Amino acid sequence: MELDDLYQQIILDHNKRRAGYGLQPGGFPSHQYNPTCGDELTLTVRLSDDGSTIRAFEWEGKGCSISQASASLMTSEATGMSVAEFERFAEGFRDAMRSRGTIALSEEDYGDLAALSGVSKFVARVKCAMLAWVAAEDSLILTRESLN
Amino acid sequence: MSQFTPEQSAAIRAEFPQLSETVSGHPLVYLDTAATSLRPRIAVDLESEFALRHTAAVNRGAHSLAAEATEAYDDARASIAAFVGARPNQLVFTSNATESINLVALAVQLASAVGSPARFALAAGDEIVVTEAEHHANLIPWQEVARQTGAVIRVAAVTDSGELTAEAVQSVMSDRTRIVAVSSVSNVLGITNPVRAIADLGRAAGAIVVVDACQSAAHGRLDVNSYGADFVVFSAHKMYGPTGIGALWGTTEILAEMPVVLTGGAMITRVDFDSSDYLPAPAKFEPGTPRLTQAIGWAESLRYVESIGVDAIAAHEEALGADMFAGVVDIPNVRILGTDHGVHRVGLVSFTVEGVHPHDVGQYLDSRGIAARVGHHCAQPLHKRLGVDSSTRFSLGMYSTSDDVALAVAALADVREYFGEG
Ligand SMILES: Cc1ncc(COP(=O)(O)O)c(C=O)c1O
Repeated sequence: MELDDLYQQIILDHNKRRAGYGLQPGGFPSHQYNPTCGDELTLTVRLSDDGSTIRAFEWEGKGCSISQASASLMTSEATGMSVAEFERFAEGFRDAMRSRGTIALSEEDYGDLAALSGVSKFVARVKCAMLAWVAAEDSLILTRESLN
Repeated sequence: MSQFTPEQSAAIRAEFPQLSETVSGHPLVYLDTAATSLRPRIAVDLESEFALRHTAAVNRGAHSLAAEATEAYDDARASIAAFVGARPNQLVFTSNATESINLVALAVQLASAVGSPARFALAAGDEIVVTEAEHHANLIPWQEVARQTGAVIRVAAVTDSGELTAEAVQSVMSDRTRIVAVSSVSNVLGITNPVRAIADLGRAAGAIVVVDACQSAAHGRLDVNSYGADFVVFSAHKMYGPTGIGALWGTTEILAEMPVVLTGGAMITRVDFDSSDYLPAPAKFEPGTPRLTQAIGWAESLRYVESIGVDAIAAHEEALGADMFAGVVDIPNVRILGTDHGVHRVGLVSFTVEGVHPHDVGQYLDSRGIAARVGHHCAQPLHKRLGVDSSTRFSLGMYSTSDDVALAVAALADVREYFGEG
């Protein structure tokens, strides 16, 4: 397990850039907490008026470079997706993260998020990478319930 | 105050096979003894030999094996008790220090529910004193007591440099203080607390004094009587012993008074359908089949510690710890939690690296073979108090060397550059 597999330059850049950082009031934020390190992340998914597509991700939180970069990369790659598309996307991301190095994210499907593939070899860090995604899925459920 | 010679260190290290492991292609530098210490081969060998040849039920049956097991168990208790300056019947075996504290806390809850025995029974408005430096294990059980009884938690402050004073404890005491819970050494700060003075205040107020001695138990002479406390708790796995066993030490008087918490076989004399009589301590707190192999392994680990010499180990770790502190404090943009001015420290230092999250610090160190602890170290309130969320910790054991410290300090100095902060 090479450290550079984990910390690709894209990840270090997104840890600083943090696309989507900053929460606006309203919506249905989901607060997630990682009890092993105390990291926290709050994220709100904004949907189009008809509830079909993801207009924006807004998030704030503190945590390691993996958790911050994962939130930022998700924002960059998944904004504008349909809800159904995002659900599949998140499922694929989770499967790869939990694969212990056996499933790599393809650049074709996941773009810069493919840089997070290495995380799956570092079992202790999978939670960090998933924090924003768990929040997004949760916020999505809350948001869609409000539309029904 | 001096470190082991290279020859002494080599002999000690040869007894700990895990030290010859490699991590990420580097020889392991184990700096997480404060979480769990490594195991000496001699103790593990004896433990497995015992399990293979002498396994039998303790305190039951008349066959020879059972009698031998019972004797070995009693001997183990006696030798662990001797190590900490206790009498064997003052030493209750538990799963770990956390369970030890919970046993006392549960006894307080049970007594409070029926209003007796008076010493253990709390009423609404009574006060429990803890400190800002406590591990969650010495905080949350008391929060539960407070919730169940209506008692109030009072928190003694540490200074910005992490120091706990007896005055700070005194300032939150009142005539309602019923319990004082304090650690001998914080697992984050590594600073030795003035436990004797604090215990004296607590006992003078008629409070039950509980000392969490986890972090001093194998890093110097632990003399349970020296604190002047009612209870002292510690865990075997921080003393070169196995996981799964720890102890609750209590004075003879307090253990006699303390109500039973868990009940069942092995802790009774007469049993009828409607009531039973209990054995005296420690048996009344140890229902069921005991931790036989673990007790044997723990006792043997401590025999090994004694063979090296508790004072020699303490001197080694203190001298090396001072070097480690000096090495870490010199690295730019690294902030140490807690001072080394005017306090006694054990070989432990926690710190933050500006701009780099502890998880990332720990991952980088791991890539250089260094096992450090990262996170909140089960002390979230203390981290909050010191203005950080989490930290990275280096802690030493008898097998640590100046090479370990040099490698760790060198790796730490490179962390910021790796993450583009340097
Ligand atoms: C100061 C302190 N108290 C309590 C504990 C809890 O010990 P255990 O997990 O063995 O019960 C620890 C160890 O993490 C500790 O460092």
